[in-house]
Amino acid sequence: MAALPPTYDELLTPEGTPRHSALSESLASLTSDVLAERQKLADEELLEKGITFAVYGHNDGTEKIWPFDVVPRPIPWDEWITIEAGLKQRIRALNLFLDDVYGKGQILLDGVVPESLVKSAKTFRPECIGFRPPGGVWTHVVGTDLVRHHDGTIYVLEDNLRCPSGVSYVLENREIMKRVLPEMFYGSIIAPVDEYPERLLETLLKTAPSGSSNPTAVVLTPGIYNSAYFEHSFLAQQMGIELVTGPDLFVDDRDVVWMKTTQGPQRVDVIYRRIDDDFLDPEVFRADSMLGVAGLMRASRAGNVTLANAPGTGVADDKAVYRYVPEIIRYYLGEDAILSNVPTYVCSDPVQCDYVLGHLDELVVKPTNESGGYGILMGPVASREERERCAESIRRDPRNYIAQPMLTLSTVPTVINGKLAPRHVDLRPFILFGDPTYVLPGGLTRVALREGSMIVNSSQGGGSKDTWVLLSETPFARLYEQEQSQRTS
Amino acid sequence: MLCRVADSLFWMSRYLERAENQARFIDVTSSIALGYRGSEQVLWSSLLHAGGEVEHFLQRYAAPSRENVINYLLFDRRNLNSVASCLAAARENARSVREILTTPMWEAVNRFYLRVRSAAMQPELVLKHPHPFLDQIKRSAHQILGATEATWSHGEAWHFSSLGYQLERADKTSRILDVRYFILLPLSGSTGTQLDVVQWAALLESTGALQMYRRTFGRIQPVNVVDFLLRSNVFPRSLAFCMQQVQRSLAEISHSSADGVSTDAEILTTEVRDELIRLTAAEILDGGLHQFVDRFQTRLTSIGQAVSERFFELSTPVNVQ
Repeated sequence: MAALPPTYDELLTPEGTPRHSALSESLASLTSDVLAERQKLADEELLEKGITFAVYGHNDGTEKIWPFDVVPRPIPWDEWITIEAGLKQRIRALNLFLDDVYGKGQILLDGVVPESLVKSAKTFRPECIGFRPPGGVWTHVVGTDLVRHHDGTIYVLEDNLRCPSGVSYVLENREIMKRVLPEMFYGSIIAPVDEYPERLLETLLKTAPSGSSNPTAVVLTPGIYNSAYFEHSFLAQQMGIELVTGPDLFVDDRDVVWMKTTQGPQRVDVIYRRIDDDFLDPEVFRADSMLGVAGLMRASRAGNVTLANAPGTGVADDKAVYRYVPEIIRYYLGEDAILSNVPTYVCSDPVQCDYVLGHLDELVVKPTNESGGYGILMGPVASREERERCAESIRRDPRNYIAQPMLTLSTVPTVINGKLAPRHVDLRPFILFGDPTYVLPGGLTRVALREGSMIVNSSQGGGSKDTWVLLSETPFARLYEQEQSQRTS
Repeated sequence: MLCRVADSLFWMSRYLERAENQARFIDVTSSIALGYRGSEQVLWSSLLHAGGEVEHFLQRYAAPSRENVINYLLFDRRNLNSVASCLAAARENARSVREILTTPMWEAVNRFYLRVRSAAMQPELVLKHPHPFLDQIKRSAHQILGATEATWSHGEAWHFSSLGYQLERADKTSRILDVRYFILLPLSGSTGTQLDVVQWAALLESTGALQMYRRTFGRIQPVNVVDFLLRSNVFPRSLAFCMQQVQRSLAEISHSSADGVSTDAEILTTEVRDELIRLTAAEILDGGLHQFVDRFQTRLTSIGQAVSERFFELSTPVNVQ
């Protein structure tokens, strides 16, 4: 096997010079003792604040803190501008796609995306055909996964258009970072992230059904045993709105949604639901769901309540449909995609499937509708048996698989046993789609704490980092610095 | 406010108050037990009587020794009223309404829970020398109360929490008085035999009332102790004071509702409080303190049930006007 090209490091060039001098200087000024001590402090803060996630299949001590690493991941401003524009473009096109797919289906008639592929997606909801959400907004909240390959290019790995989580960690990580390592901030100007709750509330209220003058929004959670419960409660608290569970709501026979309060029923207009489509409404989807609310779909179709995100959005983040996103962007917007797609082989296409089966040792194979990093085969590092088992699964259900070349995720120095060592990271920016569309500067940086590992998921040994969009490298910031130095001299 | 949230706030507060009382009872008993001339086991089992837990305890432990009782009351998760159980329940309730609590309140509850959980991992350290841990429990509980008073809007949520605290507090004060009085009566009696001042002082201390009692009555007299714990209008753990607070919170909650009609809980509370004002301590003792406390507790339960039925269990109407 040929020697692998060097991994891209977000802090250092291949020659070892810092990409961001202020940050590298701050980092270099901290001894390993101090780093280890601050790391411990951060862990204690997380525990005391109860910033935890649930691990399924355990009972007592189900909550774990999600490891936070104190070395931030920088993103230069000029690069961020491009990412932001690319994300906005992508989400706009995907919303038009959803509107079309559940509407006239023009893009399918025009043969740009195979109709059979769309209609066979597990996340395609025939119940949504003919439905149009208020304002044409299907995906209010999006968390797109990005990675940087060793060629330095940033690729979109997947579009999460259903209930993406992690934004609470972005906000809390920044808070904790400021408390435990203030020195790291010296000399850097960083885009703030605190605006998110306000923007989220605005996004939700703006899509309230027409006619509600003073709309009530709520966050709908599956409950305290859900792995993202902390986030649900955090967002409700930050927005000052009620956090409700399914049994707190009911839909009357005029298709209006109410919550049960101590002062009697109170009308609900917008539901930021953090429950998957499958469990949302036992009248329409899974009948055995104890988490949802019977009649929500009726209420939504009657235009009495807005569900954010709308049901059925999963069809646009199906990993096989992903392959067509550049075409989708060109079709609706007449533009080239700003952000790169990873070359993708769709196994439902017999030719592509044959290629995949013949090159399993070079490719990463993914189920089209799984999240959390489950069911993935890393061809180059998998055993022969694992590859054979995977080939068998592909042959049995080709629609359920795609394959991509293996990317080498970029690295950021990370505190491991008190010392700095490079670890692979990805990035999940959060986009609030609407009028206007808002992209939270930076996003969630997840880091694989095991050496060499590229699996960043919290359920599989991942941690997180604070993400810094560095304004200090903008012309404005340089001007500001000059002013400051003139003032002090 | 959501019915479920009101319910959780009520129970979060009850469990926190229960844990604090448990700690105070154990602390005072530990102190009396040092250099005690009577049977230590009788002394410790009186704590189990106060909680109505004797049978449950004896099914699980050989004898009411100091270690056994303390372990049962502090750490035994099979005992739903142990401090460890109370904190687990309080924290679970708090977690389910975390968006309603202020951050200082939530963090105080969470820290309290973590402290108890880590102590429960090495119970032998606490059993050997319980006082520092018991003191920590009391301080943690007060910290939550402080954060609640200082950072939380005194609106509907605050009043539901207050209902939980006050009902639990009234329950605990009445129970400890009942049990201690039963033990102390034969010692002091009405015949004027020597008064066991140490024991009476300990009773007051169990409810954190000794200092405040002294400022009101000076010397210790059984009838005055009973009067203070049942009828004081100003001491925060007396029955009358707690009922006054319950009355106030219920009024605030139901007056903010559309109909403004008095609830069953309000009517019951007013009855109980009127009786506490009308009767003197001597009259209560004449009628039998135990009988009085028994009746009081039955009524407390009814008030709790009335609150639950009125506010926590909204039935779902099919059509809403």
